[in-house]
Amino acid sequence: MKIKILLGVSTVLMLVALYMVFIFAPETESGVVQRIFYFHIPLAWIAFLAFFVVFVASIMYLWKRDIKWDAFASSSAEVGLVFTTLFLLTGSIWAKPEWGVWWTWDSRLTSSLILWLIYIAYFIIRSYISEEGQRARFSSVIGIIGFIDVPIVVITIFLWRTAHPRIEAMDPRVTATLMVSIATFTALYFLLFALRLAMKQDEDKLNRLKAFLRR
Amino acid sequence: MKTLNKALVIAWKDILSETRTKEIISSVLVFSILVIVIFNFAFSGSQQTMISLAPGILWVTFAFAGVLSLNRAFIQEKDDDCLEGLMMCPVGRETIYLGKMLGSLFFMLFVEAIVLPVFALLFNVNVISLPLIAITVLTTLGFVTIGTLFSALAVNTKAREMVLPILFFPIVAPIIISAVSASGMALGGESWGSISSWLGVIAAFDVIFLVVSYFVFSFVIEE
Repeated sequence: MKIKILLGVSTVLMLVALYMVFIFAPETESGVVQRIFYFHIPLAWIAFLAFFVVFVASIMYLWKRDIKWDAFASSSAEVGLVFTTLFLLTGSIWAKPEWGVWWTWDSRLTSSLILWLIYIAYFIIRSYISEEGQRARFSSVIGIIGFIDVPIVVITIFLWRTAHPRIEAMDPRVTATLMVSIATFTALYFLLFALRLAMKQDEDKLNRLKAFLRR
Repeated sequence: MKTLNKALVIAWKDILSETRTKEIISSVLVFSILVIVIFNFAFSGSQQTMISLAPGILWVTFAFAGVLSLNRAFIQEKDDDCLEGLMMCPVGRETIYLGKMLGSLFFMLFVEAIVLPVFALLFNVNVISLPLIAITVLTTLGFVTIGTLFSALAVNTKAREMVLPILFFPIVAPIIISAVSASGMALGGESWGSISSWLGVIAAFDVIFLVVSYFVFSFVIEE
Protein backbone atom coordinates (compact mmCIF):
# COMPACT_ATOMS: atom_id res chain seq x y z
CA MET A 1 0.00 0.00 0.00
CA LYS A 2 2.69 2.43 1.08
CA ILE A 3 4.71 1.42 -1.94
CA LYS A 4 1.79 2.04 -4.30
CA ILE A 5 1.27 5.55 -2.94
CA LEU A 6 4.98 6.30 -3.22
CA LEU A 7 5.02 4.91 -6.76
CA GLY A 8 2.08 7.14 -7.73
CA VAL A 9 3.60 10.23 -6.13
CA SER A 10 7.00 9.70 -7.72
CA THR A 11 5.54 9.03 -11.15
CA VAL A 12 3.46 12.22 -11.11
CA LEU A 13 6.33 14.26 -9.71
CA MET A 14 8.72 12.79 -12.25
CA LEU A 15 6.49 13.89 -15.14
CA VAL A 16 6.10 17.38 -13.67
CA ALA A 17 9.86 17.61 -13.08
CA LEU A 18 10.62 16.50 -16.64
CA TYR A 19 8.29 19.17 -17.99
CA MET A 20 9.84 21.83 -15.78
CA VAL A 21 13.42 20.82 -16.51
CA PHE A 22 13.11 20.68 -20.28
CA ILE A 23 10.39 23.20 -21.08
CA PHE A 24 9.65 25.51 -18.17
CA ALA A 25 13.16 26.35 -16.99
CA PRO A 26 15.00 28.99 -19.05
CA GLU A 27 18.08 28.03 -20.99
CA THR A 28 21.33 29.61 -19.80
CA GLU A 29 24.23 30.67 -21.99
CA SER A 30 25.91 27.27 -21.58
CA GLY A 31 23.05 25.67 -23.50
CA VAL A 32 21.02 22.55 -23.04
CA VAL A 33 23.74 20.73 -21.15
CA GLN A 34 23.17 22.97 -18.16
CA ARG A 35 19.84 21.21 -17.60
CA ILE A 36 21.68 18.23 -16.19
CA PHE A 37 22.05 20.46 -13.14
CA TYR A 38 18.45 19.61 -12.21
CA PHE A 39 19.39 15.94 -11.96
CA HIS A 40 22.88 16.38 -10.58
CA ILE A 41 22.04 18.53 -7.54
CA PRO A 42 19.03 16.49 -6.33
CA LEU A 43 21.01 13.26 -6.70
CA ALA A 44 23.77 14.68 -4.54
CA TRP A 45 21.28 15.89 -1.93
CA ILE A 46 19.52 12.56 -1.76
CA ALA A 47 22.78 10.66 -1.51
CA PHE A 48 23.59 12.66 1.61
CA LEU A 49 20.08 12.09 2.94
CA ALA A 50 20.47 8.35 2.34
CA PHE A 51 23.79 8.22 4.17
CA PHE A 52 22.31 10.22 7.01
CA VAL A 53 19.59 7.57 7.30
CA VAL A 54 22.36 4.93 7.36
CA PHE A 55 24.05 6.85 10.18
CA VAL A 56 20.89 7.12 12.28
CA ALA A 57 19.84 3.50 11.64
CA SER A 58 23.36 2.32 12.55
CA ILE A 59 23.21 4.11 15.89
CA MET A 60 19.76 2.69 16.48
CA TYR A 61 20.98 -0.81 15.74
CA LEU A 62 23.90 -0.61 18.18
CA TRP A 63 21.54 0.79 20.78
CA LYS A 64 18.46 -1.43 20.34
CA ARG A 65 20.04 -4.51 18.76
CA ASP A 66 17.03 -5.03 16.53
CA ILE A 67 17.98 -6.51 13.16
CA LYS A 68 15.29 -4.36 11.56
CA TRP A 69 17.60 -1.34 11.92
CA ASP A 70 20.31 -3.15 10.02
CA ALA A 71 17.86 -3.74 7.18
CA PHE A 72 17.08 -0.01 7.28
CA ALA A 73 20.75 0.96 7.20
CA SER A 74 21.79 -1.39 4.45
CA SER A 75 18.78 -0.61 2.23
CA SER A 76 19.43 3.09 2.55
CA ALA A 77 23.12 2.60 1.90
CA GLU A 78 22.34 0.72 -1.31
CA VAL A 79 20.10 3.50 -2.60
CA GLY A 80 22.66 6.06 -1.47
CA LEU A 81 25.43 4.28 -3.33
CA VAL A 82 23.37 4.15 -6.53
CA PHE A 83 22.59 7.87 -6.22
CA THR A 84 26.22 8.72 -5.53
CA THR A 85 27.27 6.73 -8.60
CA LEU A 86 24.68 8.61 -10.65
CA PHE A 87 25.70 12.02 -9.41
CA LEU A 88 29.34 11.27 -10.11
CA LEU A 89 28.33 10.20 -13.62
CA THR A 90 26.07 13.19 -14.27
CA GLY A 91 28.79 15.45 -12.88
CA SER A 92 31.26 13.92 -15.27
CA ILE A 93 28.91 14.35 -18.24
CA TRP A 94 28.37 17.96 -17.25
CA ALA A 95 32.07 18.62 -16.70
CA LYS A 96 33.09 17.53 -20.20
CA PRO A 97 31.41 20.38 -22.15
CA GLU A 98 31.73 22.85 -19.27
CA TRP A 99 35.40 22.38 -18.31
CA GLY A 100 36.65 20.30 -21.26
CA VAL A 101 37.55 17.25 -19.16
CA TRP A 102 35.62 14.32 -17.75
CA TRP A 103 37.22 14.63 -14.38
CA THR A 104 39.22 17.18 -12.43
CA TRP A 105 40.50 16.81 -8.86
CA ASP A 106 38.28 19.62 -7.73
CA SER A 107 37.15 19.69 -4.11
CA ARG A 108 33.63 18.42 -4.55
CA LEU A 109 34.55 15.74 -7.05
CA THR A 110 37.31 14.46 -4.84
CA SER A 111 35.18 14.40 -1.71
CA SER A 112 32.32 12.69 -3.56
CA LEU A 113 34.69 10.06 -4.87
CA ILE A 114 36.00 9.36 -1.37
CA LEU A 115 32.42 9.19 -0.10
CA TRP A 116 31.62 6.69 -2.83
CA LEU A 117 34.66 4.58 -1.92
CA ILE A 118 33.68 4.53 1.76
CA TYR A 119 30.27 3.06 0.97
CA ILE A 120 31.74 0.62 -1.55
CA ALA A 121 33.91 -0.61 1.33
CA TYR A 122 30.75 -0.84 3.44
CA PHE A 123 29.26 -3.38 1.03
CA ILE A 124 32.49 -5.27 0.44
CA ILE A 125 32.82 -5.82 4.17
CA ARG A 126 29.20 -6.86 4.51
CA SER A 127 29.83 -9.56 1.92
CA TYR A 128 32.79 -10.88 3.94
CA ILE A 129 30.77 -11.60 7.07
CA SER A 130 28.32 -14.48 7.11
CA GLU A 131 27.00 -14.21 10.66
CA GLU A 132 24.01 -11.87 10.74
CA GLY A 133 24.56 -10.18 14.10
CA GLN A 134 28.22 -9.60 13.45
CA ARG A 135 27.52 -8.23 10.00
CA ALA A 136 25.00 -5.81 11.46
CA ARG A 137 27.39 -4.68 14.19
CA PHE A 138 30.35 -4.17 11.87
CA SER A 139 28.40 -2.36 9.21
CA SER A 140 26.86 -0.11 11.86
CA VAL A 141 30.34 0.86 13.01
CA ILE A 142 31.33 1.64 9.42
CA GLY A 143 28.04 3.46 8.82
CA ILE A 144 28.73 5.73 11.79
CA ILE A 145 32.41 6.40 11.10
CA GLY A 146 31.78 6.80 7.37
CA PHE A 147 29.18 9.48 7.93
CA ILE A 148 31.28 11.32 10.51
CA ASP A 149 34.09 11.29 7.97
CA VAL A 150 32.00 13.05 5.31
CA PRO A 151 32.16 16.59 6.75
CA ILE A 152 35.84 16.04 7.59
CA VAL A 153 36.59 15.09 4.00
CA VAL A 154 34.61 18.06 2.70
CA ILE A 155 36.31 20.57 5.02
CA THR A 156 39.81 19.33 4.25
CA ILE A 157 39.35 19.30 0.55
CA PHE A 158 37.85 22.77 0.59
CA LEU A 159 40.93 23.99 2.43
CA TRP A 160 42.97 22.18 -0.16
CA ARG A 161 41.40 23.46 -3.39
CA THR A 162 38.12 24.41 -4.97
CA ALA A 163 36.87 25.24 -8.47
CA HIS A 164 33.17 24.44 -8.40
CA PRO A 165 30.63 26.88 -9.77
CA ARG A 166 29.25 29.10 -7.04
CA ILE A 167 25.50 29.29 -7.10
CA GLU A 168 24.68 32.93 -7.68
CA ALA A 169 21.34 34.69 -7.75
CA MET A 170 19.07 32.35 -9.64
CA ASP A 171 16.09 32.96 -11.87
CA PRO A 172 12.95 32.12 -9.83
CA ARG A 173 12.00 29.59 -12.52
CA VAL A 174 15.32 27.85 -12.03
CA THR A 175 14.80 27.75 -8.26
CA ALA A 176 11.29 26.36 -8.70
CA THR A 177 12.48 23.66 -11.08
CA LEU A 178 15.31 22.72 -8.76
CA MET A 179 12.93 22.46 -5.81
CA VAL A 180 10.53 20.24 -7.77
CA SER A 181 13.46 18.07 -8.88
CA ILE A 182 14.63 17.68 -5.31
CA ALA A 183 11.11 16.74 -4.20
CA THR A 184 10.90 14.23 -7.04
CA PHE A 185 14.14 12.55 -6.17
CA THR A 186 13.22 12.51 -2.48
CA ALA A 187 10.02 10.64 -3.36
CA LEU A 188 12.03 8.31 -5.60
CA TYR A 189 14.46 7.68 -2.75
CA PHE A 190 11.69 6.71 -0.37
CA LEU A 191 10.13 4.48 -3.03
CA LEU A 192 13.39 2.63 -3.71
CA PHE A 193 14.12 2.45 -0.01
CA ALA A 194 10.69 0.96 0.74
CA LEU A 195 11.02 -1.54 -2.10
CA ARG A 196 14.44 -2.64 -0.95
CA LEU A 197 13.21 -2.95 2.62
CA ALA A 198 10.24 -5.05 1.57
CA MET A 199 12.58 -7.28 -0.41
CA LYS A 200 14.83 -7.72 2.63
CA GLN A 201 11.84 -8.68 4.75
CA ASP A 202 10.77 -11.27 2.19
CA GLU A 203 14.32 -12.62 2.06
CA ASP A 204 14.25 -12.88 5.82
CA LYS A 205 10.95 -14.75 5.80
CA LEU A 206 12.25 -17.09 3.13
CA ASN A 207 15.39 -17.81 5.11
CA ARG A 208 13.37 -18.56 8.22
CA LEU A 209 11.12 -20.90 6.25
CA LYS A 210 14.16 -22.65 4.79
CA ALA A 211 15.67 -23.10 8.22
CA PHE A 212 12.35 -24.42 9.50
CA LEU A 213 12.00 -26.93 6.67
CA ARG A 214 15.51 -28.17 7.09
CA ARG A 215 14.85 -29.08 10.71
CA MET B 1 44.25 7.94 35.22
CA LYS B 2 43.64 4.34 36.23
CA THR B 3 42.37 3.51 32.74
CA LEU B 4 45.50 4.99 31.23
CA ASN B 5 47.71 2.90 33.53
CA LYS B 6 45.87 -0.27 32.56
CA ALA B 7 46.10 0.67 28.89
CA LEU B 8 49.83 1.20 29.28
CA VAL B 9 50.12 -2.31 30.69
CA ILE B 10 48.46 -3.69 27.56
CA ALA B 11 50.70 -1.57 25.36
CA TRP B 12 53.73 -2.77 27.33
CA LYS B 13 52.64 -6.38 26.74
CA ASP B 14 52.65 -5.70 22.99
CA ILE B 15 56.04 -4.02 23.12
CA LEU B 16 57.47 -6.87 25.17
CA SER B 17 56.24 -9.54 22.79
CA GLU B 18 57.54 -7.44 19.90
CA THR B 19 61.02 -7.35 21.43
CA ARG B 20 60.93 -11.16 21.46
CA THR B 21 59.54 -11.80 17.97
CA LYS B 22 60.60 -8.57 16.19
CA GLU B 23 57.87 -9.42 13.73
CA ILE B 24 56.21 -6.06 13.13
CA ILE B 25 59.05 -3.59 13.38
CA SER B 26 61.55 -5.49 11.25
CA SER B 27 59.16 -6.28 8.38
CA VAL B 28 57.51 -2.85 8.38
CA LEU B 29 60.90 -1.18 8.41
CA VAL B 30 62.20 -3.19 5.47
CA PHE B 31 58.92 -2.67 3.65
CA SER B 32 59.10 1.12 4.12
CA ILE B 33 62.62 1.29 2.80
CA LEU B 34 61.64 -0.86 -0.18
CA VAL B 35 58.76 1.48 -0.97
CA ILE B 36 61.14 4.44 -0.88
CA VAL B 37 63.57 2.64 -3.17
CA ILE B 38 60.78 1.84 -5.63
CA PHE B 39 59.68 5.47 -5.59
CA ASN B 40 63.23 6.38 -6.48
CA PHE B 41 62.88 4.27 -9.66
CA ALA B 42 59.49 5.79 -10.41
CA PHE B 43 60.51 9.42 -10.03
CA SER B 44 64.01 10.54 -10.60
CA GLY B 45 64.65 14.20 -11.15
CA SER B 46 66.46 17.27 -10.06
CA GLN B 47 66.77 18.32 -6.45
CA GLN B 48 63.93 20.79 -6.92
CA THR B 49 61.47 18.14 -8.20
CA MET B 50 62.50 15.83 -5.38
CA ILE B 51 61.58 18.46 -2.80
CA SER B 52 58.13 18.86 -4.33
CA LEU B 53 57.63 15.08 -4.55
CA ALA B 54 59.02 14.26 -1.12
CA PRO B 55 55.84 14.89 0.94
CA GLY B 56 53.83 12.59 -1.31
CA ILE B 57 56.43 9.82 -1.26
CA LEU B 58 56.80 10.09 2.48
CA TRP B 59 53.09 9.87 3.23
CA VAL B 60 52.34 7.10 0.77
CA THR B 61 55.15 5.14 2.41
CA PHE B 62 53.88 5.78 5.93
CA ALA B 63 50.28 5.05 5.01
CA PHE B 64 51.24 1.68 3.47
CA ALA B 65 53.53 0.89 6.38
CA GLY B 66 50.70 1.81 8.74
CA VAL B 67 48.33 -0.66 7.13
CA LEU B 68 50.94 -3.38 7.27
CA SER B 69 51.72 -2.88 10.94
CA LEU B 70 48.12 -2.27 12.04
CA ASN B 71 47.05 -5.50 10.38
CA ARG B 72 49.45 -7.42 12.58
CA ALA B 73 48.14 -5.77 15.74
CA PHE B 74 45.12 -8.05 15.94
CA ILE B 75 46.10 -11.00 13.76
CA GLN B 76 48.51 -12.25 16.41
CA GLU B 77 45.90 -11.82 19.10
CA LYS B 78 43.34 -13.69 17.07
CA ASP B 79 45.56 -16.55 15.93
CA ASP B 80 46.74 -17.48 19.39
CA ASP B 81 43.31 -16.86 20.94
CA CYS B 82 44.86 -14.08 22.99
CA LEU B 83 41.94 -11.79 22.28
CA GLU B 84 39.71 -13.94 24.49
CA GLY B 85 42.27 -13.69 27.26
CA LEU B 86 42.46 -9.95 26.82
CA MET B 87 38.70 -9.64 26.93
CA MET B 88 38.55 -11.66 30.14
CA CYS B 89 40.87 -9.19 31.84
CA PRO B 90 39.10 -7.04 34.40
CA VAL B 91 39.36 -3.97 32.19
CA GLY B 92 36.85 -2.22 29.98
CA ARG B 93 36.84 -2.73 26.23
CA GLU B 94 37.79 0.92 25.88
CA THR B 95 40.96 0.22 27.85
CA ILE B 96 41.86 -2.61 25.47
CA TYR B 97 41.40 -0.17 22.60
CA LEU B 98 43.63 2.44 24.22
CA GLY B 99 46.29 -0.15 25.01
CA LYS B 100 46.38 -1.61 21.51
CA MET B 101 46.34 1.89 20.04
CA LEU B 102 49.29 3.02 22.15
CA GLY B 103 51.22 -0.12 21.23
CA SER B 104 50.68 0.46 17.52
CA LEU B 105 51.53 4.13 17.94
CA PHE B 106 54.83 3.17 19.49
CA PHE B 107 55.69 0.73 16.66
CA MET B 108 54.80 3.26 13.97
CA LEU B 109 56.77 6.06 15.58
CA PHE B 110 59.72 3.75 16.05
CA VAL B 111 59.71 2.81 12.37
CA GLU B 112 59.27 6.43 11.31
CA ALA B 113 62.14 7.53 13.52
CA ILE B 114 64.37 5.29 11.42
CA VAL B 115 62.76 5.86 8.03
CA LEU B 116 62.87 9.68 8.21
CA PRO B 117 66.69 9.89 8.46
CA VAL B 118 67.06 7.20 5.79
CA PHE B 119 64.73 9.18 3.57
CA ALA B 120 66.71 12.37 4.21
CA LEU B 121 69.91 10.54 3.36
CA LEU B 122 68.71 8.81 0.19
CA PHE B 123 66.87 11.76 -1.32
CA ASN B 124 69.01 14.52 0.09
CA VAL B 125 65.91 16.30 1.33
CA ASN B 126 65.95 17.80 4.78
CA VAL B 127 62.97 16.11 6.40
CA ILE B 128 64.34 16.24 9.93
CA SER B 129 62.95 19.47 11.24
CA LEU B 130 60.68 20.39 14.09
CA PRO B 131 57.57 21.09 11.96
CA LEU B 132 57.96 17.79 10.09
CA ILE B 133 58.37 15.82 13.29
CA ALA B 134 55.24 17.46 14.70
CA ILE B 135 53.32 16.64 11.51
CA THR B 136 54.56 13.04 11.59
CA VAL B 137 53.56 12.46 15.21
CA LEU B 138 50.11 13.98 14.82
CA THR B 139 49.38 12.18 11.55
CA THR B 140 50.57 8.86 12.91
CA LEU B 141 48.28 9.33 15.89
CA GLY B 142 45.41 9.81 13.46
CA PHE B 143 46.38 6.67 11.54
CA VAL B 144 46.51 4.45 14.61
CA THR B 145 43.33 5.76 16.26
CA ILE B 146 41.16 4.75 13.33
CA GLY B 147 43.46 1.92 12.23
CA THR B 148 43.25 0.05 15.54
CA LEU B 149 39.46 0.06 15.36
CA PHE B 150 39.40 -1.21 11.76
CA SER B 151 42.14 -3.72 12.42
CA ALA B 152 40.03 -5.32 15.15
CA LEU B 153 37.10 -5.32 12.74
CA ALA B 154 39.11 -6.76 9.86
CA VAL B 155 40.47 -9.83 11.68
CA ASN B 156 36.92 -10.92 12.44
CA THR B 157 35.90 -11.03 8.78
CA LYS B 158 36.60 -13.79 6.29
CA ALA B 159 39.02 -11.76 4.20
CA ARG B 160 41.07 -10.51 7.19
CA GLU B 161 44.02 -8.44 5.96
CA MET B 162 42.28 -7.57 2.70
CA VAL B 163 39.69 -5.56 4.59
CA LEU B 164 41.85 -3.04 6.42
CA PRO B 165 43.22 -1.11 3.41
CA ILE B 166 39.87 -0.68 1.67
CA LEU B 167 38.36 0.73 4.85
CA PHE B 168 41.39 2.58 6.12
CA PHE B 169 42.44 4.59 3.06
CA PRO B 170 39.17 6.37 2.26
CA ILE B 171 38.58 7.22 5.91
CA VAL B 172 42.07 8.61 6.53
CA ALA B 173 42.16 10.45 3.18
CA PRO B 174 41.60 13.82 4.92
CA ILE B 175 44.53 13.21 7.26
CA ILE B 176 46.78 12.22 4.37
CA ILE B 177 45.77 15.34 2.43
CA SER B 178 46.51 17.55 5.42
CA ALA B 179 49.80 15.82 6.14
CA VAL B 180 50.98 16.12 2.55
CA SER B 181 50.01 19.81 2.37
CA ALA B 182 51.64 20.60 5.71
CA SER B 183 54.82 18.67 4.86
CA GLY B 184 55.03 20.44 1.51
CA MET B 185 54.86 23.78 3.29
CA ALA B 186 57.45 22.72 5.84
CA LEU B 187 59.86 21.56 3.12
CA GLY B 188 59.23 24.76 1.19
CA GLY B 189 60.49 26.63 4.22
CA GLU B 190 57.25 28.35 5.13
CA SER B 191 56.68 29.89 8.53
CA TRP B 192 55.16 28.09 11.52
CA GLY B 193 52.05 30.24 11.25
CA SER B 194 50.80 28.72 8.01
CA ILE B 195 51.91 25.19 8.91
CA SER B 196 50.27 25.33 12.31
CA SER B 197 46.84 25.86 10.76
CA TRP B 198 47.21 22.46 9.04
CA LEU B 199 48.58 20.99 12.25
CA GLY B 200 45.41 22.21 13.97
CA VAL B 201 43.31 20.48 11.33
CA ILE B 202 45.18 17.19 11.81
CA ALA B 203 44.92 17.48 15.60
CA ALA B 204 41.17 18.07 15.32
CA PHE B 205 40.80 14.88 13.23
CA ASP B 206 42.86 12.96 15.75
CA VAL B 207 40.54 14.02 18.54
CA ILE B 208 37.38 13.20 16.57
CA PHE B 209 38.66 9.79 15.44
CA LEU B 210 39.98 8.97 18.91
CA VAL B 211 36.71 9.79 20.65
CA VAL B 212 34.51 7.98 18.13
CA SER B 213 36.74 4.89 17.95
CA TYR B 214 37.00 4.79 21.73
CA PHE B 215 33.24 4.55 22.04
CA VAL B 216 32.45 2.17 19.18
CA PHE B 217 35.36 -0.22 19.77
CA SER B 218 33.41 -2.34 22.26
CA PHE B 219 30.92 -3.21 19.51
CA VAL B 220 33.69 -4.59 17.33
CA ILE B 221 35.15 -7.16 19.70
CA GLU B 222 31.96 -8.41 21.29
CA GLU B 223 31.46 -12.08 22.31
